[in-house]
Amino acid sequence: MKKKFGIREVVAVGIGTALFVALTSVQVPLVVIPNTDLQPRMAVMAFFATVFGPIVGGIIGLLGHALGDAIFWGSVWWSWVIPDGIVGAIIGIFAKQYAVKDGGFTKKSSISIFNGVQIAANAIAWIAVAPALDILIYAEPVNKVFTQGAFAFLGNIIIIGILGTLIIAGYSKIAEKSNNLSLEE
Amino acid sequence: MNRMISYENKDTPIHKLSGFTKLVFFLLWCITSAITFDTRVLVVMIIMGAMIYIISGTKWEQVSGVFAIIMFFMVLNILGIFFFSPYEGCKIYGSRTDLLHLFGNYTITSEQLFYEFNVLIKYFTVIPSIFIFLTTTDPSELAASLNRIGIPYTAAYSLEITLRYIPDVQDEFRRIKNAQEARGIEMSSKGSLLYRIKNTAVIIFPLLFSSMDRIEVVSNAMELRGFGKKKKRSWYSQKKLTAMDFATLAFIILFSIGSLVLTFADGSRFYNPFI
Repeated sequence: MKKKFGIREVVAVGIGTALFVALTSVQVPLVVIPNTDLQPRMAVMAFFATVFGPIVGGIIGLLGHALGDAIFWGSVWWSWVIPDGIVGAIIGIFAKQYAVKDGGFTKKSSISIFNGVQIAANAIAWIAVAPALDILIYAEPVNKVFTQGAFAFLGNIIIIGILGTLIIAGYSKIAEKSNNLSLEE
Repeated sequence: MNRMISYENKDTPIHKLSGFTKLVFFLLWCITSAITFDTRVLVVMIIMGAMIYIISGTKWEQVSGVFAIIMFFMVLNILGIFFFSPYEGCKIYGSRTDLLHLFGNYTITSEQLFYEFNVLIKYFTVIPSIFIFLTTTDPSELAASLNRIGIPYTAAYSLEITLRYIPDVQDEFRRIKNAQEARGIEMSSKGSLLYRIKNTAVIIFPLLFSSMDRIEVVSNAMELRGFGKKKKRSWYSQKKLTAMDFATLAFIILFSIGSLVLTFADGSRFYNPFI
């Protein structure tokens, strides 16, 4: 990487966010509590964070959540936008450890680091930050927001853990193949 | 059915405002609404929101689909608050007036009703501003405006790419979904959780790959055209700030400060009619 935020990153943020927004309406229901469906878009954000790093992951989370909420639900829950950015950024910080583009993500060690990181990131975001902001902004009952937060935490670690791991590993496998061209004598 | 809110070109005073003005207005409006819980401020904001909505000429059909969904979530949320904490309002306003005993530990109190009414109108202050912002702001003009207030043009460009590619990605998603369904992969809510997640993966996977290709193509094209080489960049769709823009900006800044002063004048963000 020559520059920290080059053209590829600019475009990755743009298209990653577009993908995140477009997938807003795609949800796998878990239980009937508002805002707690499984969101495949979280797995997509995790993918972009692991490939392009913390800045791209974080912005996709923030911008994608705000725009997606606005376009599809007509209302922005700022208290849930910020935690999304936090998850993306934290997963992205460890991007080098996973070595997705060099096929590193097919190894068990990378997958367990990734899942450890994503569980920690989701815990910070949904069990601490989101409920705190909900209480601060909307003055909602404490037990309600922590229940919601716990469900969001659960939903997100499931979707990132299964779907995220699947797609990142799949991409890593193919990226490795295209990188392993050997020079013909 | 069009379930998304999107820009529509019209000739109204709101459309004529610069994207920059509308963005600042929107953000300050959201922040004010997030901070205050003062019923008076919220009611004024709703009335203003409704007025701006009428001026902006947004058609009901443009937003009705989304509106129905919001109402559904709102009702769930309001019921959720009552279910989890039936006396939250009493805690906030420091008094208790029983209206109707339901069952067990659940009694409807006027404090709770008032508190939930506040939560409801708080959401309603934000909704029209989002509708209006999205239906009246030309995406490429917004990027130009962002750049002018000092946000690096690379960041503004990211946003522009996002807005440009959302419809494309959606089309692609639909195509892939149709193709996979034609192959017999079911997307309904039948089957176990793991099964459903796996079925989602067969759609996301091709979508992600085509997106990675798209990133490659677009960034190569931009690089070939020398994107990012210079510090500055001119914009085709840039609008000059007019007197109307400055008036709007001045208004929203004064309004935000005024409503926060009014909210916190009695030392609490809640307006208490029960004293």
